[in-house]
Amino acid sequence: MFATLREKSWLNSPSATASGGFNSEISRKTVALRFFLAVISVLFSLFIVTFLARSQFPDFQALAGQAWQPFTNPQQLWVNTGILLAASVAIQFASSSAKNNRLLAANIAIALCGLFTLAFIGAQILVWQHLIDLGYFVASNPANSYFYLFTAIHGLHLVGGIFVLLRLGLRSTAQTQNSLIISTSLCANYWHYLLLVWVLLFALLTSTPDTYKTLAALCGF
Amino acid sequence: MEHVAIADQVEELHNPSSFISKYVWSQDHKVIAIQYGITAILVGLVALVLSGLMRLQLGFPESFDFIDPSSYLQFVTMHGMIMVIYLLTALLLGGFGNYLIPLMIGARDMVFPYLNMLSYWTYLLAVIVLLASFFVPGGPTGAGWTLYPPQAILDGTPGYDMGIVLMLLSLAIFIVAFTMGGLNYVTTILQARTKGMTLMRMPLSIWGIFVATILGLLAFPALLVSAIMMLFDKLLGTSFFMPAIVSMGEQLDYTGGSPILFQHLFWFFGHPEVYIVALPAFGMVSDVLAVHARKNIFGYRMMVWAIVAIGAMSFVVWAHHMYVSGMHPAFGFFFATTTLIIAVPTAIKVYNWVLTLWRGNIHLTTPMLFAIGFIFTFTHGGLTGLFLGNVVIDLPLSDTYFVVAHFHMVMGVSPILVLFAALYHWYPLITGKMFNATLGKLHFWCTFLGTYAIYLPMHYLGFLGVPRRYYAMGTTDFIPESAQTLNASITVAAILVGLAQLIFIANVIWSIFKGEKSGPNPWHATSLEWQAEQIPPAHGNWGEKLPEVHRWAYDFSVPGARDDYIPQNMSNDDVPLEPGQTLQIREEH
Repeated sequence: MFATLREKSWLNSPSATASGGFNSEISRKTVALRFFLAVISVLFSLFIVTFLARSQFPDFQALAGQAWQPFTNPQQLWVNTGILLAASVAIQFASSSAKNNRLLAANIAIALCGLFTLAFIGAQILVWQHLIDLGYFVASNPANSYFYLFTAIHGLHLVGGIFVLLRLGLRSTAQTQNSLIISTSLCANYWHYLLLVWVLLFALLTSTPDTYKTLAALCGF
Repeated sequence: MEHVAIADQVEELHNPSSFISKYVWSQDHKVIAIQYGITAILVGLVALVLSGLMRLQLGFPESFDFIDPSSYLQFVTMHGMIMVIYLLTALLLGGFGNYLIPLMIGARDMVFPYLNMLSYWTYLLAVIVLLASFFVPGGPTGAGWTLYPPQAILDGTPGYDMGIVLMLLSLAIFIVAFTMGGLNYVTTILQARTKGMTLMRMPLSIWGIFVATILGLLAFPALLVSAIMMLFDKLLGTSFFMPAIVSMGEQLDYTGGSPILFQHLFWFFGHPEVYIVALPAFGMVSDVLAVHARKNIFGYRMMVWAIVAIGAMSFVVWAHHMYVSGMHPAFGFFFATTTLIIAVPTAIKVYNWVLTLWRGNIHLTTPMLFAIGFIFTFTHGGLTGLFLGNVVIDLPLSDTYFVVAHFHMVMGVSPILVLFAALYHWYPLITGKMFNATLGKLHFWCTFLGTYAIYLPMHYLGFLGVPRRYYAMGTTDFIPESAQTLNASITVAAILVGLAQLIFIANVIWSIFKGEKSGPNPWHATSLEWQAEQIPPAHGNWGEKLPEVHRWAYDFSVPGARDDYIPQNMSNDDVPLEPGQTLQIREEH
């Protein structure tokens, strides 16, 4: 970037006329996805920063730490993480199948990824149900509010992904192999990314008040 | 892998055949740009009328029955929000970004035309949801454009019920629309430039739009986060931002939330937003100045550096909007320092604009008048920003008309003047016709002098301590009666400036039908958009072959050349020379 900014654009440098000056190897969809992931990262980072700030207020009661709290032993969430991991593995498999020109395998893997993702969203809703049964309503404590908020926003991103996946699955036979490779690998990146976000959220939401205190102190709250 | 220009890839060609696919569900960036432009200008006119109503109340209190304290606050809020988001952001990036990016970098269209179309229709939905709040019970929100909780969602604030919900919803929809558009703009600029168009050969308009779009992509999520969390507080009863509070004599269910958290989020978006509006304006005004002064922009590299530096710094100054919210003194010191530092690259830009004019061959055309007017208003608004950036000076001036005057000069009047400069400058490209120059100049002088008549006195009102957002001053001892006289004169000026905009609208409409044909390159500009085969450019922008770029966009008045401009797509060998001369490209600045 600094080399670019130091270019003397009023001179006719031969290197500049020779090429367009951009990397044609990277597909434009890849560039767009990178920017999109940056946007999502900012979104979740800001949510997390507000979470850490809010966690230091006296009325905040973390969901883990004491034996009676719902996520001290978050079994159900571990299962859900496994389901999302399976979705991630499936789409990775679809991507590598596309590269090896195994269209049927790729299609099955795409479908499996969709199913696992739907299962994950369903399982998250079951966790909500469980929390409601225990009396942990959305407004009864900020920690609960954040749990519902984070899982909802993360789930919405997956729902968006499912629409893309659906379009990809329906059009996979009509596409050239090259564009199928790009599409499945982009989907794979998106799914891995959302898995990573979920793991971070999982860790954050099931941490103890002491952890929040340390993190908040590091952030300067 | 051999490089294939985006435009030459067959799959992207989408030739519209019917009227609907050509002008309604269009995927052509030029049509989408015009759709964005018209929608933004129409909704901007609504906001202009609202400001007129506010001024009527302030200038002549107790004269108008239909303006009560509630509706006054609603006018303030909707005026601010519409102007900042739905007019300026949408017109600069959705309108000019869409129109200029592919044409200036030599592409046939945006890289994702379908997404581009979706972006416009989502934006339109956001506008409709916003305007719908005028018709719901309780009316639109009157919480001020900053929408600070707790008052924004509590009984007693106008539109605390449906109004605020629709406002937050509309903002969320707008952000989705912007993200779709923004991803398109950055990807197009990075990946679809034609052969020879290196980053440092791009016109400054594109640099401004590019950096502003990145700012938007990174800053709008903060607004989305605050909108979502406030919707939770309003609709689900959570306490993200809502503290334990007694309202109307009743203890509410909210506990322990932090309104200050909202302010941080809001301004983490809000300050970059200033530059989302300003940077495209900086870029476009640079191009207008260079073309109409027949001189290369002074310090091109410095200008690009400044745009990038301002963009980066805009994320670390936000809390200067919150000096009176209560903060640690060291915190205030930090933000005052960064605020003053950001004035450095901004001042560099102003010097460079002035130095571009220095010994140039200045043509006082309508766009040039607006561009020069911008240098005045922007310097003026920027200088008052230095006052407000200092904590000790900000405290007494906070929430007075001094602040109103400052931000209207710097991000109201200034970008609007650039928008007019740009609209007049690119009008021949967009319509193929010339506007009426006399009407254009009349429009300029009314607007330029009129805005000074409005905002210059406001600084004095601010010094007197006249508070902003007040429906009426009542009997306040420290405000002399002359303040009311000043207010009345401001109102008269504001009404006149508002009416003067009708000259512009009449000119635009009249010239489309009756204007002279402009010919291919009426301003003798160098940048690619004017080198298209047809004016206005046809679908696909270029003929069989994409243009090939051989130089930067500012080769004006090059010694030895016959004409005083060399288009970007002309190679040195093709430049027509003065008899017996050789081309003298500048070796070094």
